[in-house]
Amino acid sequence: MSEGHDHSHLSDTELRVRALESLLTEKGLVDPDALDAIVDHYENKVGPRNGAKVVARAWMDPEFKKYLLEDGTAAIGSLGYLGSQGADMVVLENTEKVHNVTVCTLCSCYPWPVLGLPPAWFKSFPYRARLVKEPRVVLQEFGLKLDDDIEVRVWDSTAELRYLVLPERPAGTDNMSEEELADIVTRNSMIGTEKVASPSGGV
Amino acid sequence: MDGIHDMGGMDGFGPIPIESDEPIFHATWEGRVYAINTAIGVWGKWNIDAGRYGIEVLDPALYLQSSYYERWLYRNENLMVEHDLITQDELDSGKASGGDRGMPPDAEEIFEKQRKSRSFRVDANIAPKFTPGDTVTVRNIHPKTHTRIPRYVRSKRGVIDRDHGVFIFPDTNAQFQGKKPQRVYSVMFTAQELWGPDAPEQDKIYLDLWDDYMDPA
Repeated sequence: MSEGHDHSHLSDTELRVRALESLLTEKGLVDPDALDAIVDHYENKVGPRNGAKVVARAWMDPEFKKYLLEDGTAAIGSLGYLGSQGADMVVLENTEKVHNVTVCTLCSCYPWPVLGLPPAWFKSFPYRARLVKEPRVVLQEFGLKLDDDIEVRVWDSTAELRYLVLPERPAGTDNMSEEELADIVTRNSMIGTEKVASPSGGV
Repeated sequence: MDGIHDMGGMDGFGPIPIESDEPIFHATWEGRVYAINTAIGVWGKWNIDAGRYGIEVLDPALYLQSSYYERWLYRNENLMVEHDLITQDELDSGKASGGDRGMPPDAEEIFEKQRKSRSFRVDANIAPKFTPGDTVTVRNIHPKTHTRIPRYVRSKRGVIDRDHGVFIFPDTNAQFQGKKPQRVYSVMFTAQELWGPDAPEQDKIYLDLWDDYMDPA
Protein backbone atom coordinates (compact mmCIF):
# COMPACT_ATOMS: atom_id res chain seq x y z
CA MET A 1 0.00 0.00 0.00
CA SER A 2 1.44 3.41 -0.90
CA GLU A 3 0.72 6.62 0.91
CA GLY A 4 -0.41 10.03 -0.10
CA HIS A 5 -0.33 10.28 -3.87
CA ASP A 6 -4.00 9.94 -4.69
CA HIS A 7 -4.66 13.22 -6.44
CA SER A 8 -8.46 13.12 -6.53
CA HIS A 9 -8.32 12.84 -2.76
CA LEU A 10 -5.78 15.59 -2.52
CA SER A 11 -7.93 18.40 -3.87
CA ASP A 12 -10.58 17.77 -1.20
CA THR A 13 -7.86 17.89 1.40
CA GLU A 14 -6.53 21.12 -0.02
CA LEU A 15 -9.96 22.76 0.26
CA ARG A 16 -10.34 21.46 3.79
CA VAL A 17 -6.96 22.90 4.83
CA ARG A 18 -7.76 26.27 3.27
CA ALA A 19 -11.09 26.40 5.08
CA LEU A 20 -9.40 25.53 8.36
CA GLU A 21 -6.67 28.15 7.97
CA SER A 22 -9.25 30.77 7.10
CA LEU A 23 -11.36 29.88 10.16
CA LEU A 24 -8.36 29.91 12.50
CA THR A 25 -7.21 33.25 11.08
CA GLU A 26 -10.66 34.78 11.50
CA LYS A 27 -10.74 33.59 15.10
CA GLY A 28 -7.33 35.08 15.85
CA LEU A 29 -5.82 31.67 16.58
CA VAL A 30 -3.13 31.72 13.89
CA ASP A 31 -1.30 34.47 12.03
CA PRO A 32 -0.92 33.59 8.30
CA ASP A 33 2.42 35.43 8.19
CA ALA A 34 3.67 33.19 10.98
CA LEU A 35 2.53 30.14 9.02
CA ASP A 36 4.48 31.41 5.99
CA ALA A 37 7.56 31.85 8.18
CA ILE A 38 7.28 28.33 9.60
CA VAL A 39 7.00 26.79 6.12
CA ASP A 40 9.97 28.86 4.92
CA HIS A 41 12.01 27.84 7.97
CA TYR A 42 11.58 24.11 7.36
CA GLU A 43 11.84 24.34 3.58
CA ASN A 44 14.90 26.56 3.49
CA LYS A 45 16.64 27.06 6.84
CA VAL A 46 17.03 23.75 8.64
CA GLY A 47 18.04 20.49 7.08
CA PRO A 48 20.66 17.78 7.02
CA ARG A 49 23.38 20.37 6.39
CA ASN A 50 23.39 21.00 10.15
CA GLY A 51 23.96 17.33 10.93
CA ALA A 52 26.63 17.12 8.21
CA LYS A 53 28.57 19.89 9.98
CA VAL A 54 28.40 17.93 13.23
CA VAL A 55 29.74 14.83 11.48
CA ALA A 56 32.51 16.70 9.68
CA ARG A 57 33.64 18.28 12.94
CA ALA A 58 33.75 14.85 14.61
CA TRP A 59 35.82 13.47 11.73
CA MET A 60 38.32 16.33 12.01
CA ASP A 61 38.55 16.69 15.76
CA PRO A 62 38.97 13.57 17.96
CA GLU A 63 38.22 15.55 21.12
CA PHE A 64 34.92 16.75 19.67
CA LYS A 65 34.08 13.22 18.55
CA LYS A 66 34.65 11.91 22.07
CA TYR A 67 32.45 14.68 23.49
CA LEU A 68 29.77 13.98 20.87
CA LEU A 69 29.58 10.28 21.69
CA GLU A 70 29.60 10.86 25.45
CA ASP A 71 27.17 13.77 25.58
CA GLY A 72 25.45 14.29 22.23
CA THR A 73 23.18 17.02 23.58
CA ALA A 74 26.02 19.18 24.90
CA ALA A 75 28.26 18.66 21.88
CA ILE A 76 25.52 19.41 19.33
CA GLY A 77 24.41 22.30 21.52
CA SER A 78 27.92 23.76 21.32
CA LEU A 79 27.34 24.13 17.56
CA GLY A 80 23.89 25.64 18.11
CA TYR A 81 21.71 22.84 16.74
CA LEU A 82 19.34 21.99 19.57
CA GLY A 83 15.60 22.70 19.74
CA SER A 84 12.18 21.18 19.27
CA GLN A 85 12.43 17.44 18.44
CA GLY A 86 16.14 17.48 19.16
CA ALA A 87 16.52 18.70 22.72
CA ASP A 88 18.03 15.44 23.97
CA MET A 89 20.43 13.90 21.49
CA VAL A 90 22.25 10.59 21.36
CA VAL A 91 24.94 9.96 18.73
CA LEU A 92 25.68 6.43 17.51
CA GLU A 93 29.00 5.63 15.90
CA ASN A 94 29.15 3.36 12.88
CA THR A 95 32.34 1.33 12.58
CA GLU A 96 33.72 -1.53 10.51
CA LYS A 97 31.96 -3.95 12.85
CA VAL A 98 28.79 -2.15 13.97
CA HIS A 99 26.13 -0.55 11.79
CA ASN A 100 23.47 1.61 13.51
CA VAL A 101 20.20 2.62 11.85
CA THR A 102 17.23 4.55 13.28
CA VAL A 103 13.43 4.35 13.00
CA CYS A 104 10.27 5.35 14.83
CA THR A 105 7.83 2.44 14.61
CA LEU A 106 5.04 4.20 16.53
CA CYS A 107 4.99 7.58 14.77
CA SER A 108 7.71 9.64 13.07
CA CYS A 109 10.25 10.81 15.69
CA TYR A 110 13.26 12.37 13.98
CA PRO A 111 15.93 14.91 15.04
CA TRP A 112 14.61 18.06 13.32
CA PRO A 113 17.34 20.55 14.37
CA VAL A 114 20.13 18.45 12.83
CA LEU A 115 18.33 16.74 9.94
CA GLY A 116 15.28 18.91 9.18
CA LEU A 117 11.92 17.23 8.57
CA PRO A 118 12.00 13.51 7.77
CA PRO A 119 11.70 12.19 4.22
CA ALA A 120 8.38 10.53 3.37
CA TRP A 121 9.94 7.07 3.34
CA PHE A 122 11.07 7.46 6.97
CA LYS A 123 7.42 8.04 7.94
CA SER A 124 6.09 5.34 5.61
CA PHE A 125 4.33 2.20 6.81
CA PRO A 126 6.85 -0.19 5.17
CA TYR A 127 9.86 1.43 6.86
CA ARG A 128 8.15 1.62 10.27
CA ALA A 129 6.91 -1.97 10.01
CA ARG A 130 9.94 -3.69 8.54
CA LEU A 131 13.16 -2.10 9.81
CA VAL A 132 13.01 -3.66 13.29
CA LYS A 133 12.27 -7.11 11.87
CA GLU A 134 14.36 -7.36 8.71
CA PRO A 135 16.87 -4.51 8.76
CA ARG A 136 19.29 -6.18 6.37
CA VAL A 137 16.59 -6.59 3.72
CA VAL A 138 15.45 -3.00 4.16
CA LEU A 139 19.02 -1.69 3.92
CA GLN A 140 19.49 -3.59 0.67
CA GLU A 141 16.57 -1.61 -0.77
CA PHE A 142 18.71 1.46 -0.08
CA GLY A 143 21.63 -0.22 -1.85
CA LEU A 144 23.51 -1.17 1.31
CA LYS A 145 24.53 -4.80 1.61
CA LEU A 146 26.10 -5.64 4.97
CA ASP A 147 28.33 -8.64 5.56
CA ASP A 148 27.35 -11.20 8.18
CA ASP A 149 30.23 -10.24 10.45
CA ILE A 150 28.79 -6.75 10.89
CA GLU A 151 26.42 -6.31 13.83
CA VAL A 152 23.28 -4.39 12.91
CA ARG A 153 21.78 -2.24 15.65
CA VAL A 154 18.32 -0.82 15.02
CA TRP A 155 17.24 2.04 17.30
CA ASP A 156 13.47 2.51 17.67
CA SER A 157 12.91 6.05 19.04
CA THR A 158 10.13 5.24 21.47
CA ALA A 159 10.94 8.06 23.93
CA GLU A 160 12.11 11.70 23.60
CA LEU A 161 15.74 10.90 22.89
CA ARG A 162 16.60 11.68 19.28
CA TYR A 163 19.29 9.74 17.47
CA LEU A 164 21.95 10.82 14.99
CA VAL A 165 24.22 8.27 13.34
CA LEU A 166 27.87 9.21 13.00
CA PRO A 167 28.84 7.48 9.75
CA GLU A 168 32.31 6.13 9.00
CA ARG A 169 34.67 8.56 7.33
CA PRO A 170 35.34 7.14 3.88
CA ALA A 171 38.76 6.45 2.44
CA GLY A 172 40.36 9.05 0.21
CA THR A 173 39.31 12.02 2.34
CA ASP A 174 42.53 12.66 4.28
CA ASN A 175 43.26 15.94 2.56
CA MET A 176 39.75 17.35 2.67
CA SER A 177 38.79 20.37 4.78
CA GLU A 178 35.99 20.26 7.32
CA GLU A 179 33.73 22.13 4.91
CA GLU A 180 34.53 19.75 2.07
CA LEU A 181 33.80 16.82 4.35
CA ALA A 182 30.43 18.30 5.32
CA ASP A 183 29.58 18.44 1.61
CA ILE A 184 29.87 14.66 1.19
CA VAL A 185 27.83 13.67 4.28
CA THR A 186 24.34 12.61 3.21
CA ARG A 187 21.11 12.70 5.18
CA ASN A 188 20.61 8.95 4.81
CA SER A 189 24.08 8.24 6.18
CA MET A 190 23.02 10.05 9.38
CA ILE A 191 19.81 7.98 9.58
CA GLY A 192 21.89 4.88 8.91
CA THR A 193 20.39 3.68 5.63
CA GLU A 194 23.58 4.26 3.65
CA LYS A 195 27.30 4.84 4.07
CA VAL A 196 29.11 7.98 3.04
CA ALA A 197 30.65 7.25 -0.33
CA SER A 198 34.29 7.93 -0.98
CA PRO A 199 34.59 11.03 -3.19
CA SER A 200 36.93 9.13 -5.50
CA GLY A 201 34.16 6.64 -6.18
CA GLY A 202 35.76 3.77 -4.28
CA VAL A 203 34.50 2.36 -1.00
CA MET B 1 -3.61 1.26 22.93
CA ASP B 2 -3.17 -1.76 20.67
CA GLY B 3 -3.72 0.42 17.61
CA ILE B 4 -2.87 0.37 13.93
CA HIS B 5 -0.06 2.88 14.56
CA ASP B 6 1.92 0.20 16.41
CA MET B 7 3.45 -1.17 13.21
CA GLY B 8 6.80 -2.60 14.25
CA GLY B 9 7.16 -6.11 12.84
CA MET B 10 4.09 -6.12 10.56
CA ASP B 11 4.32 -7.66 7.11
CA GLY B 12 2.54 -6.83 3.87
CA PHE B 13 3.31 -3.13 3.35
CA GLY B 14 5.66 -3.69 0.42
CA PRO B 15 8.95 -2.01 -0.48
CA ILE B 16 10.24 1.22 1.08
CA PRO B 17 8.92 4.12 -1.08
CA ILE B 18 12.28 5.80 -1.67
CA GLU B 19 12.12 9.00 -3.74
CA SER B 20 15.09 10.85 -5.14
CA ASP B 21 15.24 14.63 -4.67
CA GLU B 22 12.01 14.67 -2.73
CA PRO B 23 10.62 18.05 -1.69
CA ILE B 24 10.17 18.94 2.01
CA PHE B 25 6.43 19.21 1.40
CA HIS B 26 4.79 17.42 -1.53
CA ALA B 27 2.00 20.00 -1.83
CA THR B 28 1.37 23.49 -0.49
CA TRP B 29 -1.34 22.22 1.86
CA GLU B 30 1.13 19.89 3.60
CA GLY B 31 3.25 22.86 4.62
CA ARG B 32 0.13 24.71 5.83
CA VAL B 33 -0.91 21.70 7.96
CA TYR B 34 2.58 21.48 9.40
CA ALA B 35 2.63 25.20 10.19
CA ILE B 36 -0.89 25.22 11.68
CA ASN B 37 0.13 22.33 13.91
CA THR B 38 3.17 24.28 15.13
CA ALA B 39 1.34 27.58 15.58
CA ILE B 40 -1.70 26.13 17.31
CA GLY B 41 0.57 24.18 19.67
CA VAL B 42 1.75 27.50 21.12
CA TRP B 43 -1.71 27.93 22.70
CA GLY B 44 -0.64 25.12 25.04
CA LYS B 45 -3.98 23.30 25.12
CA TRP B 46 -2.44 19.86 24.78
CA ASN B 47 0.97 18.22 25.07
CA ILE B 48 3.01 16.12 22.66
CA ASP B 49 1.72 12.84 24.10
CA ALA B 50 -1.91 13.92 23.77
CA GLY B 51 -1.07 14.97 20.22
CA ARG B 52 0.33 11.55 19.38
CA TYR B 53 -2.70 9.90 20.99
CA GLY B 54 -4.89 12.09 18.78
CA ILE B 55 -3.45 10.30 15.75
CA GLU B 56 -3.63 6.85 17.34
CA VAL B 57 -7.39 7.17 17.96
CA LEU B 58 -8.20 7.87 14.30
CA ASP B 59 -10.25 5.07 12.79
CA PRO B 60 -7.77 2.38 11.68
CA ALA B 61 -9.11 2.30 8.11
CA LEU B 62 -8.80 6.09 7.89
CA TYR B 63 -5.29 5.91 9.34
CA LEU B 64 -4.19 3.49 6.64
CA GLN B 65 -5.76 5.30 3.71
CA SER B 66 -4.61 8.79 4.73
CA SER B 67 -1.28 10.38 3.97
CA TYR B 68 0.97 11.53 6.78
CA TYR B 69 -0.12 15.17 6.84
CA GLU B 70 -3.77 14.22 6.39
CA ARG B 71 -3.49 12.37 9.68
CA TRP B 72 -2.02 15.51 11.26
CA LEU B 73 -4.91 17.55 9.86
CA TYR B 74 -7.61 15.22 11.23
CA ARG B 75 -5.85 15.06 14.59
CA ASN B 76 -5.61 18.83 14.84
CA GLU B 77 -9.25 19.37 13.86
CA ASN B 78 -10.35 16.91 16.54
CA LEU B 79 -8.10 18.34 19.25
CA MET B 80 -9.09 21.94 18.52
CA VAL B 81 -12.76 21.05 18.97
CA GLU B 82 -12.10 18.87 22.01
CA HIS B 83 -10.14 21.67 23.69
CA ASP B 84 -12.61 24.43 22.79
CA LEU B 85 -10.41 26.44 20.46
CA ILE B 86 -13.13 26.05 17.82
CA THR B 87 -16.58 24.45 17.77
CA GLN B 88 -17.70 21.55 15.63
CA ASP B 89 -20.22 23.91 13.95
CA GLU B 90 -17.43 26.30 13.03
CA LEU B 91 -15.35 23.45 11.65
CA ASP B 92 -18.26 22.13 9.59
CA SER B 93 -19.35 25.54 8.26
CA GLY B 94 -15.92 27.17 8.01
CA LYS B 95 -17.46 30.30 9.57
CA ALA B 96 -16.41 31.77 12.88
CA SER B 97 -19.29 32.36 15.30
CA GLY B 98 -17.77 35.00 17.54
CA GLY B 99 -15.10 34.52 20.15
CA ASP B 100 -12.12 36.18 18.48
CA ARG B 101 -9.12 35.26 20.60
CA GLY B 102 -7.22 38.45 19.88
CA MET B 103 -3.55 38.31 19.01
CA PRO B 104 -2.31 35.03 17.61
CA PRO B 105 1.33 34.12 18.27
CA ASP B 106 3.66 35.70 15.72
CA ALA B 107 6.60 33.99 14.03
CA GLU B 108 9.16 35.25 16.56
CA GLU B 109 7.18 33.95 19.50
CA ILE B 110 6.76 30.56 17.83
CA PHE B 111 10.45 30.21 16.91
CA GLU B 112 11.50 31.33 20.37
CA LYS B 113 9.38 28.56 21.89
CA GLN B 114 10.94 26.03 19.53
CA ARG B 115 14.48 27.18 20.31
CA LYS B 116 13.95 27.09 24.04
CA SER B 117 14.50 23.67 25.38
CA ARG B 118 11.57 21.50 24.45
CA SER B 119 13.14 18.80 26.53
CA PHE B 120 10.80 16.41 28.27
CA ARG B 121 13.25 15.81 31.07
CA VAL B 122 12.06 16.36 34.62
CA ASP B 123 14.40 17.83 37.18
CA ALA B 124 13.59 15.28 39.88
CA ASN B 125 15.89 13.09 41.89
CA ILE B 126 14.44 9.66 41.18
CA ALA B 127 16.62 6.64 41.89
CA PRO B 128 17.08 4.23 38.99
CA LYS B 129 15.24 0.93 39.26
CA PHE B 130 17.75 -0.63 36.87
CA THR B 131 21.43 -0.26 36.07
CA PRO B 132 23.23 -0.95 32.79
CA GLY B 133 23.78 -4.68 32.37
CA ASP B 134 20.58 -5.67 34.22
CA THR B 135 18.32 -8.14 32.46
CA VAL B 136 14.69 -7.03 32.37
CA THR B 137 11.37 -8.42 31.19
CA VAL B 138 9.04 -6.00 29.46
CA ARG B 139 5.61 -6.07 31.07
CA ASN B 140 2.76 -7.75 29.28
CA ILE B 141 0.42 -4.78 29.58
CA HIS B 142 -2.21 -3.47 27.17
CA PRO B 143 -3.21 0.06 28.17
CA LYS B 144 -6.37 1.21 26.40
CA THR B 145 -4.94 4.70 25.91
CA HIS B 146 -1.59 6.17 24.81
CA THR B 147 1.55 4.21 25.58
CA ARG B 148 5.06 4.00 24.09
CA ILE B 149 5.55 0.31 24.67
CA PRO B 150 5.26 -1.37 21.27
CA ARG B 151 3.57 -4.76 21.08
CA TYR B 152 6.63 -6.38 19.59
CA VAL B 153 8.65 -6.11 22.83
CA ARG B 154 5.98 -7.03 25.39
CA SER B 155 6.95 -10.06 27.50
CA LYS B 156 10.41 -10.04 25.91
CA ARG B 157 13.70 -10.06 27.77
CA GLY B 158 16.22 -7.30 27.21
CA VAL B 159 19.33 -5.82 28.78
CA ILE B 160 19.62 -2.28 30.09
CA ASP B 161 22.15 -0.51 27.87
CA ARG B 162 22.17 3.00 29.31
CA ASP B 163 20.23 5.22 31.67
CA HIS B 164 19.08 8.49 30.08
CA GLY B 165 17.76 10.14 33.24
CA VAL B 166 14.30 11.24 34.36
CA PHE B 167 11.53 12.06 31.87
CA ILE B 168 7.80 12.72 31.75
CA PHE B 169 5.79 9.47 31.55
CA PRO B 170 3.74 9.60 28.33
CA ASP B 171 0.95 7.26 29.42
CA THR B 172 -0.28 9.63 32.12
CA ASN B 173 0.75 12.85 30.36
CA ALA B 174 -1.38 12.02 27.32
CA GLN B 175 -4.44 11.82 29.58
CA PHE B 176 -3.55 15.07 31.42
CA GLN B 177 -3.09 12.97 34.55
CA GLY B 178 0.32 14.24 35.53
CA LYS B 179 3.96 13.79 34.58
CA LYS B 180 4.68 10.78 36.80
CA PRO B 181 8.43 11.36 36.27
CA GLN B 182 10.60 8.26 35.96
CA ARG B 183 13.75 7.05 34.31
CA VAL B 184 14.14 6.15 30.66
CA TYR B 185 16.70 3.58 29.53
CA SER B 186 17.89 2.30 26.19
CA VAL B 187 17.17 -1.41 26.35
CA MET B 188 18.86 -3.92 24.06
CA PHE B 189 17.01 -6.91 22.64
CA THR B 190 18.60 -9.54 20.47
CA ALA B 191 16.94 -10.01 17.10
CA GLN B 192 16.44 -13.67 18.01
CA GLU B 193 14.63 -12.79 21.25
CA LEU B 194 12.14 -10.69 19.27
CA TRP B 195 11.86 -12.61 16.00
CA GLY B 196 12.95 -16.16 16.74
CA PRO B 197 15.86 -18.40 15.83
CA ASP B 198 15.84 -17.53 12.12
CA ALA B 199 16.89 -13.93 12.83
CA PRO B 200 20.64 -13.15 12.52
CA GLU B 201 22.18 -13.93 15.89
CA GLN B 202 24.48 -10.89 15.84
CA ASP B 203 21.75 -8.26 15.30
CA LYS B 204 20.19 -6.13 18.01
CA ILE B 205 17.19 -3.84 18.46
CA TYR B 206 17.26 -1.00 20.99
CA LEU B 207 14.20 0.75 22.41
CA ASP B 208 13.85 3.54 24.94
CA LEU B 209 11.65 2.33 27.78
CA TRP B 210 10.43 3.82 31.06
CA ASP B 211 10.68 2.23 34.53
CA ASP B 212 6.95 1.43 34.53
CA TYR B 213 7.28 -0.74 31.42
CA MET B 214 9.71 -3.27 32.89
CA ASP B 215 10.36 -5.75 35.70
CA PRO B 216 13.65 -7.34 36.74
CA ALA B 217 14.04 -10.62 34.85
